[in-house]
Amino acid sequence: MSKKVNITINGFPVEIATGKTILEAAEEQGITIPTLCHHKDLCVAGNCRVCVVEVAGQNRLSAACATPCEEGMEILTNSLKVRNSRKQIIELLLAEHNADCTKCYRNGNCELQTLASEYKIMTQDFIELVPLKHFSIDAYSPSIIKDDSKCIRCQRCVRTCAELQGVNALTVAHKGDKMKITTFFEKAMRDVVCTNCGQCVNHCPTGALVERNYIEEVWEAIANPNKHVVVQTAPAVRVGLGEELGLKPGKSVTGKMVAALKRLGFDSVLDTDFTADLTIMEEGTELLTRLKKALVDNDKSVALPMATSCSPGWIKYIEHMFPEHLNNLSTCKSPQQMFGALAKTYYANARNIKPEDIVSVSIMPCTAKKYEAFRPEMHDSGYRDVDYVLTTRELAILIKQAGLDFNKLEPAKYDRLMGESSGAGVIFGATGGVMEAALRTAYEIVTGREVPFENLNIIPVRGSDGIREASIKIENPVEEWAFLDGVELKCAVAHGLINAKSVMESVKAGTADYHFIEFMACPGGCLGGGGQPIPTNPEIRRKRAEAIYAEDEGLPIRKSHDNPEIKKLYKDFLKEPLGEVSHHLLHTKYTKRERY
Amino acid sequence: MDPIQTLVKNLAEKHGRSRESVLPILQGVVEQEKFLSERSMIEIAREIDIPAADVYGTATFYSFLETKPTGQFIIRVCKTITCAMKGKNQILFAIEDMLKIGLGETTPDKQFTLLETNCLGWCHKAPAMLINDEIYTELTPEKVREILSGYMKVNANH
Amino acid sequence: MATSNQLKRVDFIFRNENDWEKILSSTLERKPQELINELISSELKGRGGAGFPTGLKWKLTAESKEKEKYVICNADEGEPGTFKDREILSRVPYKVLTAMAICGYITGAKKGYIYLRGEYKFLLPELNKVIDEFEYYCKETNLDFKISIFMGSGAYICGEETALMESMEGKRGEPRNKPPFPTQAGFMGKPTVINNVETLVHTFTIFKYGAKKFYDLGVQYSRGTKLFSVSGDTPKPGIYELELGMSLQDFVYEFGDGDTKAVQVGGASGFLVPRKKFKDAAIGFKGKLTGISLPTGGSMMLFNSSRSMFNVLDNYLEFFREESCGQCTPCRVGCQQLLLGIKAVKRGEKPASYLDKLLRLTETMQYTAKCGLGQSVANSFSSIVENFREEMIY
Repeated sequence: MSKKVNITINGFPVEIATGKTILEAAEEQGITIPTLCHHKDLCVAGNCRVCVVEVAGQNRLSAACATPCEEGMEILTNSLKVRNSRKQIIELLLAEHNADCTKCYRNGNCELQTLASEYKIMTQDFIELVPLKHFSIDAYSPSIIKDDSKCIRCQRCVRTCAELQGVNALTVAHKGDKMKITTFFEKAMRDVVCTNCGQCVNHCPTGALVERNYIEEVWEAIANPNKHVVVQTAPAVRVGLGEELGLKPGKSVTGKMVAALKRLGFDSVLDTDFTADLTIMEEGTELLTRLKKALVDNDKSVALPMATSCSPGWIKYIEHMFPEHLNNLSTCKSPQQMFGALAKTYYANARNIKPEDIVSVSIMPCTAKKYEAFRPEMHDSGYRDVDYVLTTRELAILIKQAGLDFNKLEPAKYDRLMGESSGAGVIFGATGGVMEAALRTAYEIVTGREVPFENLNIIPVRGSDGIREASIKIENPVEEWAFLDGVELKCAVAHGLINAKSVMESVKAGTADYHFIEFMACPGGCLGGGGQPIPTNPEIRRKRAEAIYAEDEGLPIRKSHDNPEIKKLYKDFLKEPLGEVSHHLLHTKYTKRERY
Repeated sequence: MDPIQTLVKNLAEKHGRSRESVLPILQGVVEQEKFLSERSMIEIAREIDIPAADVYGTATFYSFLETKPTGQFIIRVCKTITCAMKGKNQILFAIEDMLKIGLGETTPDKQFTLLETNCLGWCHKAPAMLINDEIYTELTPEKVREILSGYMKVNANH
Repeated sequence: MATSNQLKRVDFIFRNENDWEKILSSTLERKPQELINELISSELKGRGGAGFPTGLKWKLTAESKEKEKYVICNADEGEPGTFKDREILSRVPYKVLTAMAICGYITGAKKGYIYLRGEYKFLLPELNKVIDEFEYYCKETNLDFKISIFMGSGAYICGEETALMESMEGKRGEPRNKPPFPTQAGFMGKPTVINNVETLVHTFTIFKYGAKKFYDLGVQYSRGTKLFSVSGDTPKPGIYELELGMSLQDFVYEFGDGDTKAVQVGGASGFLVPRKKFKDAAIGFKGKLTGISLPTGGSMMLFNSSRSMFNVLDNYLEFFREESCGQCTPCRVGCQQLLLGIKAVKRGEKPASYLDKLLRLTETMQYTAKCGLGQSVANSFSSIVENFREEMIY
């Protein structure tokens, strides 16, 4: 239906496509109607009521987010009645909110604070409700802190957890004045099915849900002269960080970020992309080995499709929801944890530093990585492999605290030994990127030729559809992989756990004939991660993805197996993919968890 | 299977396993157990394949679906306007005095739980109260004592 | 078209006529369109409180092309001071079932539900017996219509039609955004007629006696009769069927105890009328009646001079604070603020002028709350605070 309706907004006639809401119509006209419960990633709730507008002929105001435009509507978005009502609603929210802004982690980036400032709420006549309630702070999770006193009950987190992630760790409970956002039986987030993905944090308009930050711990490590602090930066951080520091979305800031990290005092600035390349070597080999066992040896114990294991939110999800399918997971650790394990072994050795003197910090677009680093099994170096995980947002805080004028920094290069990477490592940050990187390498190993896509860009696995499928036919393989001749390698990509869920359901039902599936917990992959700048929305994710693919195309090395540092690592230390050292340091086991 | 599992399974057989069956199943568990334990909510979630948090969120919305342990008999005294005007407080005092418990509490022998509730729809015969599903109206302290004695006697005979 | 100046008692609803089978079979012989026209011409409006034209509701649902449709009888009677639906369901349940079946015939719905509030669970055995008999009759006469009871579990807000549907779908009883309306997308997203218990019984009356008989009762914009639940300071509390359009003066003359200070019309979400305005107030739906006109679900609570209006308002507000579903800001926070606010004024912690701030707040709630609950808190609050301001302060 491409029919149009004629309406007026603030007296000006406009034509709007049928089915658009008043909010969308106003946006088209360059009029911002304030919102709190609305988010472009989520279904309409219509519960905060700050977006109310006046429709001529109606005494009551309408929620712009939930009201479709109808022919002849005369809409006022800024009448006195609208302003007065809106202002009072903001006052009500403030009365219910622990508005101790100067002590809030979201100070300066809080939607309620912005609205209060816009509407110049200078006094608080209403009775403060926070002191009357017994709020507690849930700070038991290594990833997420939940503070109910700052919650405005917009339910964005609940909808995020249900609609985007299909996890439903969060729910609305009770009613009336006792209504609150909580978990099953009001347990700590640590003790429920939460995957720590942090999408709730990214979608929270206030400071009710924030990441657990390790800023002070990292400053202390940097200040300690006896510690050698290494930092790794995940692929998606470089295309998000700029947004926190005054740049428009879609700008890659790799060089400036490296320069900033060096100025912050890290002893060595290295790249998670390096271990992303390493992941491809290990995981690609694992896939081919599984295929061989299944197709040649007819080994029924081999689990196919093989699923990627880079996304810790996804790992926790499958442990809870599909524990019977843990064998499908690649045994590869995530790039962060591979890096951590190597930092305190290979790197320590090569640089002649005692591993106990190394503090390993990672900058991640992710909150689940914090939990991952805390997993008891992540101690294969003999120490905790990764000591502190900071989100993209926390890195921006470090940079601001250090007083660096980010945009004036001269771009710098990563340090060597675990700082070199390929374009394949970079695209790990986008949904489909791990798949594309894996195909670039696996196809070449098997056939001796580059993947048959122009400029190595495997377009079918890119994009933003929640689930994407691709297949690649193997012809004339080299002798070792002759058994794959004519095999159509079938792949799928899923991002956002709700999509992971539907793919896993078909795997469970036995109807998925894929060989390899890439799963990313967050919509858009890591570039839309829970630790990325706020806001994140479909448009911003698209821009970050463009930046990532541009970065890949601009790099001289595009394939993981061409990374010279990777070659050196295997030659000097690991010997071969899936070898004994790899097995010990780079692979892991998973834990069955309760679904309920 | 333990009794809770059996109960939930039977209720699911009776009411179905779709989302619309949630309320009847919750009610069925409450009828039997008087309240919804963590365990029973997990079983319901498992049985009809919905998130446990959703079961909790739904259950806590409804005042008659208790999520804390209660006594065998739940007394709900109406506190809405007409009952309040017609002596609800005297009724409460009489019950508290007789059972030696306060509002929201359960007797040590786990027989009675005393609660208040919103309008029961007996304003013309105020004050009113429910004991489990039984309605008692036009209450006076004397009448309340008589009613409760009846419940105690029945119980003593068990 | 004058306002009646005395109470006219009527007896349609509880008249015990054992002829439902006859009414049902004769009605089902008529064309749906004809029945809708009859219903529309009766000008029957919903008796739950909101007063939407019943005929139009049925018509809109009948016009929908969807195959699956539902009829729901809203028996989640929770408005303080209302108890008529319970009485109907215990005394003339077959009238309700008959009306539901006729509605199903007209709209094309094959399935009906009665959403019965948890507080009325004791009605269940009798009601189920009647439904069994009714279904037996349907089977015998090849009428494809089934009725089940869905029990509520203690939530006032579930009386709001979309909250009720959410509740039936196994969720928290939170009102939905409108549009879409239930006639387009109701229970399970299908077109649904949802009517109050009493409304359905009136349709029975209309199909039995004809629209004219109903139309001739009452006054313009407020046709027919209505059940009134009378309680509070009155020597004769109970349920009375009266013609609409009476003046509150006449009502108090009949039901007052000689010392009536104010009457709460329409329950806690309705209006409080002080003595000085009795003669200007007519009981009926919105329209051009003399004086103020009061929309009503039929709750009439009388207060005599011994009652503190502060206590009354305090009681209402505590009710709303607990029974708000909590999803929308103006209602969730507004109700808490109103309750705490009047207490603070009473204790002298806030100046008397704070009441004006609260009155403005109720205005905002009326304009912006998502559903009828939050929107109508303003009714009792402003009518009590404006008329009994001194009682709020001292």
